[in-house]
Amino acid sequence: MADAAEKLTPTEAMIAGLEMPGAGWSKTAREDALARLRVMGLPERRDEYWKFTRPDTLTQPTPLPAAVLGSEEAPLFDEIDRLKVVFVDGVFDADASDDLALEGITIERLATATSDLHWARDLYGSLELNGQDPVERPLASLNTAFATDGVLIHVTGKPSKPVSLIYRHVSETSDAILHHCIKLDAGAELTILENGPAAARFNKVMEVDVAGGAKFHHVRAQGRDHERRAATHIFARLGTESQFKSFTLTVNGVLTRNDCVIELTGDDAIAHVAGACVGDGEFHHDDTVFVTHDAVNCESRQVFKKVLRNGATGVFQGKILVKKDAQKTDGYQISQSLLLDEDSQFLAKPELEIYADDVACSHGSTSGAIDEDALFYLRARGVSHAEATDLLTLAFLAEAVEEIEQEELRDELIGRLSSWLQRRSA
Amino acid sequence: MLSIKNLNVKLEEEDKQILKGVNLEVEAGKVHAIMGPNGSGKSTLSYVLSGKDGYEVTEGSATLEGEDLLELEPEERAAAGLFLAFQYPVEIPGVGNMTFLRTAVNAQRKARGEEEMSAAEFLKVVRAKAKDLKIDADMLKRPVNMGFSGGEKKRNEILQMAMLEPKMCILDETDSGLDVDAMKLVAEGVNALRNEGRGFLVITHYQRLLDHIKPDVVHIMADGRIVKTGGPELALEVENNGYADILAEVA
Repeated sequence: MADAAEKLTPTEAMIAGLEMPGAGWSKTAREDALARLRVMGLPERRDEYWKFTRPDTLTQPTPLPAAVLGSEEAPLFDEIDRLKVVFVDGVFDADASDDLALEGITIERLATATSDLHWARDLYGSLELNGQDPVERPLASLNTAFATDGVLIHVTGKPSKPVSLIYRHVSETSDAILHHCIKLDAGAELTILENGPAAARFNKVMEVDVAGGAKFHHVRAQGRDHERRAATHIFARLGTESQFKSFTLTVNGVLTRNDCVIELTGDDAIAHVAGACVGDGEFHHDDTVFVTHDAVNCESRQVFKKVLRNGATGVFQGKILVKKDAQKTDGYQISQSLLLDEDSQFLAKPELEIYADDVACSHGSTSGAIDEDALFYLRARGVSHAEATDLLTLAFLAEAVEEIEQEELRDELIGRLSSWLQRRSA
Repeated sequence: MLSIKNLNVKLEEEDKQILKGVNLEVEAGKVHAIMGPNGSGKSTLSYVLSGKDGYEVTEGSATLEGEDLLELEPEERAAAGLFLAFQYPVEIPGVGNMTFLRTAVNAQRKARGEEEMSAAEFLKVVRAKAKDLKIDADMLKRPVNMGFSGGEKKRNEILQMAMLEPKMCILDETDSGLDVDAMKLVAEGVNALRNEGRGFLVITHYQRLLDHIKPDVVHIMADGRIVKTGGPELALEVENNGYADILAEVA
């Protein structure tokens, strides 16, 4: 008991500084989330899934400031036809956003969706709650309780373009909490794009409910401001023959923790999660993925690639849990790091937990330097040491980017990565 | 063209002398062949000339048209006009063959202060040259040497040579792992590149490659030195009698 009391102190300090937005349909869910947060307490270093990542700057009442960097390059996804929804330091910007109307979907803002019988009432906080077992994720409960805004998207058809969530960062001390709910009806399809540094500190939850035969694609790029911090969660539930594909590119950021919690509940569903990150110097990036197979003949795939240098740290904690009845599961997981110097480190914790007896699951994790033979081969053809290193680095990351299904988005990210690498070595 | 004087080389990691005073002059327009038994230092010579790590030159010099090769980085040697066709071409996952070729061509052009080749021009040239070597569009698209057969890898080396148009070409056991048809194709590719301004150094175990790429001069290398130099007939002598006779003769 003494332990619990001691643990509540920083949690209560955090709670005391936040205000639960007023009521309506989400009131019960928010109060429940607050109650479970109080029981769990905010994460601490001794928690099993926080051993490699210090949570203190994410759990202290006031965020550390983060300088806002200007950029002269064109915004990401600029050339792609999309519906833009802009948040500035977590505050919706109506002028910068498009009209929230698109055939095949309804989009509302969490902050202004006031009807008491809102469809999102059944979803908001429910997948987050589900995702608390067997591993606690208190920062997500904090989010459910105190999120100030977000989007609620109900997908009934196949909209003609992606919904693009753009997170601008303007204030050096901003502390943003956003919560998105996305519900895809049977056979519906949606692509969500996310990009931008968001805030000095950003806590974001996205709950995605994918019904039978529906397809959800997610491509995100976490932006450049070096001092920004982010803790994000994706909670997804997959119905029969549905698809969920998520890719995240992270470049810079002093601390990023991305949790992805997926439950395959319908037979023949497919879940792919991939990530590529480029870390330089004071960079700490943590991908924590938990995939639960709870249906027959499902496929899951985790592909994570990290390039680290000048003392950067990469973390991967990935789990595949196959429940007793989830026969014919095809689970795959790979995490790889390319360490460009001896100061950088990669910490990996791959886990398989399998209770079914007819499954194919594999996992692998590697850490290594640039392949010297390949480097020499390129140099012997006249390519400079720096350019050859960039080429091999890009090739390494490309294997994760290739996981993105849409060619247009894939090319956009490869192009961007390539120019970043060139600029850095110039 | 290529001038090697009293070249002495040891391994960096261990105190083992591999080359013990190699002397060699390859003139522009000529094809020189180096033959020799396993472990005689032939491949080491090619690596040292192209700038691979792990070797230490303890004495002697190597110059290309008067320029000191040993002072240059590997990429600078390439830009200066040196090309090594690898005995074991390296597989590079994730880097398309086309991207690789274009990056290499333009890197060398840039280093020499020349204008880069446009995408359209490059495509035209590479397609024509690939066709001569029976390299199809799929091989150009795939990652460098990934899933290539032994013969395809060697043809890909010759394609690189044709695209880069070096002054001095070193072929390190280009015949190894090739069947007769593949060897003919590779030899035709090399012969098409022979001209008055270009020198060749062909390293091989066997005489058979030299049936297709006719050398002007043949050297026998043994224990880190060139022990005998002669005309094409020297290669035939090796073919008929093996190395033992020659080595006994010079011992």
